[in-house]
Amino acid sequence: MTTDLRPPKVLMTKIGLDGHDRGGRVVATYLRDAGMEVVFTGPWKSIPEVIATAQEEDVDVIGISSLASDHLLVPKLMAALRENGLDHVGVVVGGIVPDRDERDLLAVGVARVFHPGASLDEIVPFVDRLAKNVRQRRQGL
Amino acid sequence: MSKTVSANSDRAEWQREFDAQTEGQRPRTNRSGIPIKPLYGPEDWTSDRHEADLGLPGQGPMTRGIYASMYRGRPWSQRQLVGLGTAFDYNDRQRRMAGAGASALSLCPCNSVYRGYDMDEVDPLLLGTCGVVINTAEQMSTALDGIALERISIGLNDPTPFTLFAFVLAHAKKTGTPWDQISGTSNQSDYLSHFVANHMFLRLSLEGSRRVLVDHIDWCAKHAPKWNALSVVGQHMQQAGATPAQAMGFTLASGIQYAEDCRARGLDLAAVLPRFTFFFDISISVFEEIAKFRAGRRLWAKIVRERLGINDPRAARFKFHAQTSGVDLTRQQPLNNIVRVAVQAMAGVLGGLQSMHTDAYDEVLSSPVEEAARIAVATQNILREEAHLDEVVDPLGGSYYVEALTNQMEAEIEKTLAQVDRAGGMFEAVKGGLVQRLCGESALAWQAEVESGRQKVVGVNGWQIDEPPDVRKPQERPDPATIDRYLKEFAAFKAARAPATIAKALDELSRAAEDDRINLFGKVVEAAMIGCTHGEITGRLRRDLGFGNPLVMA
Repeated sequence: MTTDLRPPKVLMTKIGLDGHDRGGRVVATYLRDAGMEVVFTGPWKSIPEVIATAQEEDVDVIGISSLASDHLLVPKLMAALRENGLDHVGVVVGGIVPDRDERDLLAVGVARVFHPGASLDEIVPFVDRLAKNVRQRRQGL
Repeated sequence: MSKTVSANSDRAEWQREFDAQTEGQRPRTNRSGIPIKPLYGPEDWTSDRHEADLGLPGQGPMTRGIYASMYRGRPWSQRQLVGLGTAFDYNDRQRRMAGAGASALSLCPCNSVYRGYDMDEVDPLLLGTCGVVINTAEQMSTALDGIALERISIGLNDPTPFTLFAFVLAHAKKTGTPWDQISGTSNQSDYLSHFVANHMFLRLSLEGSRRVLVDHIDWCAKHAPKWNALSVVGQHMQQAGATPAQAMGFTLASGIQYAEDCRARGLDLAAVLPRFTFFFDISISVFEEIAKFRAGRRLWAKIVRERLGINDPRAARFKFHAQTSGVDLTRQQPLNNIVRVAVQAMAGVLGGLQSMHTDAYDEVLSSPVEEAARIAVATQNILREEAHLDEVVDPLGGSYYVEALTNQMEAEIEKTLAQVDRAGGMFEAVKGGLVQRLCGESALAWQAEVESGRQKVVGVNGWQIDEPPDVRKPQERPDPATIDRYLKEFAAFKAARAPATIAKALDELSRAAEDDRINLFGKVVEAAMIGCTHGEITGRLRRDLGFGNPLVMA
């Protein structure tokens, strides 16, 4: 079996109603600078739209930026990923997420929640490792 | 023999001692990129520039403030954003906030409202989590029940086509308050800022928004003359990354754009300019913010006089609301945010603002809990009543540093203005993405400062401690049963209306959208009074005037 040499591929998006995009833009820039391929969408994507983009672009990781309670929809996204055979995709959430909600998100399979003040030194290697693990697991199948 | 102590200053001696004491230190600059010297003196500013640079408050260059008496005549308004849950929840909490000292009312709607939808058009999970859900004139009456409209000024977060204001007008009609007695501000009327940042408020296309805004300004001048029809927003752009100088430059450029749009439609600028207001972010960069506000005030007066050709001091008054910056707040050691907010608020007051929202310390964790909201109000009361920051007009005026920095910030702001002018004005600069690009670049530059540790943030990249998880009692989410009941009431309200009347009012909107001799906002008010919902009105205009997706840039 050949090793997949493509760079890790990340979909950076926003679901729900909010439109604040500073955080997502900064993180996307750093991921690109670290050699990853980033698909960056505008805000307000519906869950079916996120699923379709993840399928078409064959991404390893989905990053959800949530600054105003849209993270409450993430459990629905996780369920939709499973229903569409995309369980392998890693999901990371960044933004304003209260602690009690973080526990709920981790319980439904979100790999990590990054809060305000998280360092890019922490985020970038985490996403890189997550994407590589996703690749290995898929190749192992 | 001991060295004699000379009464004369010795500059060379000072420099030598300074250099010895600060060896190896890097040069300092503020967030706007202006080099900061360690000491300012008469070589930077002298009082013979008093008349040209400062003058008196309410006169001439306006640097020192827009009113002769400033806070002695009228303290700044405490305008706290309030909004969560249903119209009933809002009314309840608003009455308690008024008891805690808030002197003006502010309404922050749910994100579903911001996005132009009715409550039955979005995922119910999101309803009321970030603001109050108000979709009809009837619900506005519930929210404002018991509040004397003619005695309180209202800040409505209400983008084009201004349905919430239309609901307030409908409520006033019903309760017998004449429209010319209603005072307050259409916050979030600056659609250009929404296009750059904070896209959440975006409802119509750029061109469609332009049309509705000018109609709104025109309508208010005729029917609700105490209402500030426009609030030009620098806050979104600074939150999105713009430096303080850039944010002020973009805001002034937007003010010019809106004034020119009004003039192009034949409106009398001398009549509408006094109802232009502004809204800014206050970061923790204290002196930079004070200088930003002083320079902005001076520049706007100059723009009104020289560029717009209006020689009326009322038109030149740079009335502004400001909000302490959430970007400076940290999730780590959140109680530290109380101190940050107090320092930011102090900068805003020393900068001469007219009204202020102080952030609650927990806004970086979730929507504020009530205790946190109360501390935010108390912070303003303490600054006014205990620290007496209201006593002296522009107390830092004449400081070598503050005056020199005000002049330097002014020059920096003018650079941004020139950039926008070269792009063809703010409308074109936003349409083409220039402003979005500049904000993004500045956001990255700031992030690099924090990542490298050159900018220290207590608890984030320095002085970290092991913290237990968040122990606050979290803000309760709206009870699903309450939301469910609210949805059912809404459905019943809609079903009880005469469909033909509603259809006719919406068709009137379409007719106005096609014919720019008809005032579109006047039709929004009529539709609101007849019982059309927020989503119906906004949806119809989105269909007829188009929806503008933001430029996607990363």
